[in-house]
Amino acid sequence: MLPKKIVEEIDKVAKELKLGEEERKRLEKEVERVYLNSRFEPGEAIGILTAQSISEPATQLTMRTYHLAGAAGIKVTFGLPRLIEIFDAKRKIETPMMTVYLKKEYNTKEDAERLAFKIVERRIKDVAKSISIDIGENTLIVEIGEEKELEKVKKAIKEHIARKVEVKVKENSIIIRPKEELSFSDLQKLKVEVGNILVEGIEGITAAIIRKEGENWVLQTVGSNLREVLKLEEVNERKTISNDIYEVYEVLGIEAARNVIVKEAYKTMQEQGLDVDIRYLLLLADVMTWSGEISSIGRYGVAGAKASVLSRAAFEETIKHLIRASIKNEVDEFKGLFENVMVGQPAPVGTGMFELIMRGEENEHRRNDKESDKRE
Amino acid sequence: MKKEIDVSKHELVPKHEIISEKEKEELIRRYGSLKNFPRIYTTDPQVKILNAKPGDVIKITRFNEVTGESVYYRVVVEGEG
Repeated sequence: MLPKKIVEEIDKVAKELKLGEEERKRLEKEVERVYLNSRFEPGEAIGILTAQSISEPATQLTMRTYHLAGAAGIKVTFGLPRLIEIFDAKRKIETPMMTVYLKKEYNTKEDAERLAFKIVERRIKDVAKSISIDIGENTLIVEIGEEKELEKVKKAIKEHIARKVEVKVKENSIIIRPKEELSFSDLQKLKVEVGNILVEGIEGITAAIIRKEGENWVLQTVGSNLREVLKLEEVNERKTISNDIYEVYEVLGIEAARNVIVKEAYKTMQEQGLDVDIRYLLLLADVMTWSGEISSIGRYGVAGAKASVLSRAAFEETIKHLIRASIKNEVDEFKGLFENVMVGQPAPVGTGMFELIMRGEENEHRRNDKESDKRE
Repeated sequence: MKKEIDVSKHELVPKHEIISEKEKEELIRRYGSLKNFPRIYTTDPQVKILNAKPGDVIKITRFNEVTGESVYYRVVVEGEG
């Protein structure tokens, strides 16, 4: 009946106070009474309470966006901008990040360092000494310092743009000759394209630092690519996680995305010393993931387009909305909040409220079902 | 060094399972209809693993430290993309 955490706490207290069997039972009963008493009554407007419980502390969040988050030296979005990012369900977040855990066999500093080096993306422009254009020959010359890099770069170029160019190696350089004559500006474009070719590492990860978390070595990355990182041999694919909700949704599914929403929102509040009960965030995340995909909180997402004519008219451009509604012969069903407040009717709010309940005999129930099916 | 990963084993993924027709009927009896149930797309990685069809109901057993274990249901719907 009681959540595990509370039971654990009772155990702790009972141990400290050396309670006997009898006393412990009484304590448990009392705790249960208080617990059940503090549950919401059916019909309480939980959504409104949730909105207030999150928004009020959120007014006290930091509004600055950029800041170095401590010793690690990685730039992360935090405070209000991050919270807005989460609830608006932004597809491209400002600072995607991954926390990469290692498998037991690889849980050493050396392996962590090696992996950190391996996953960071290196493009040709990072590896090459220079990339230059030879207009006379109509070629690109990629000059490479170290010999062992030469092969890798050559391979990368061949993989990516083999269709349109010929690749030749000459001493320390790679000469790229387009198959057809290119104008100077096209050569410039090709130069940029070549520079951006990935030589090694994982697409999207621009930096990685290692740190120790208890017994475990953990990699913190700038940029995120969960799908590819999980595939790496050294990575613990059960724990490694990204802060990018959409990416988690695509790789692990809607339920995992829901968990990340809760985790990230909770973390953001906690970092600023604000205590929001996690149940509110759970409810919010449930609402955001209800449809099977992530919808944002606000006008375009969960709250959606206001169906009621009167509530739309109350917001902006009253006359336009009323005229348009009368032309279209729109009906207002008075199911929302605004329109009912406007006419002085009780608004239909409250979680678990109902308009009419019917539970007759089993047979009757079925008959009603059939009738309502017909009507639909 | 690529390996096959099982995304259903991840820490943040609760247990997903398809419920039987009998359990589904029981749900419909209790809640009237499934049309107001939360949804999950056929394109969801977890649904793909279970190979569930639109109309199936997925039972999700969640665990949270504060609130304990809870059961949630989602109806499978045709996903986009």
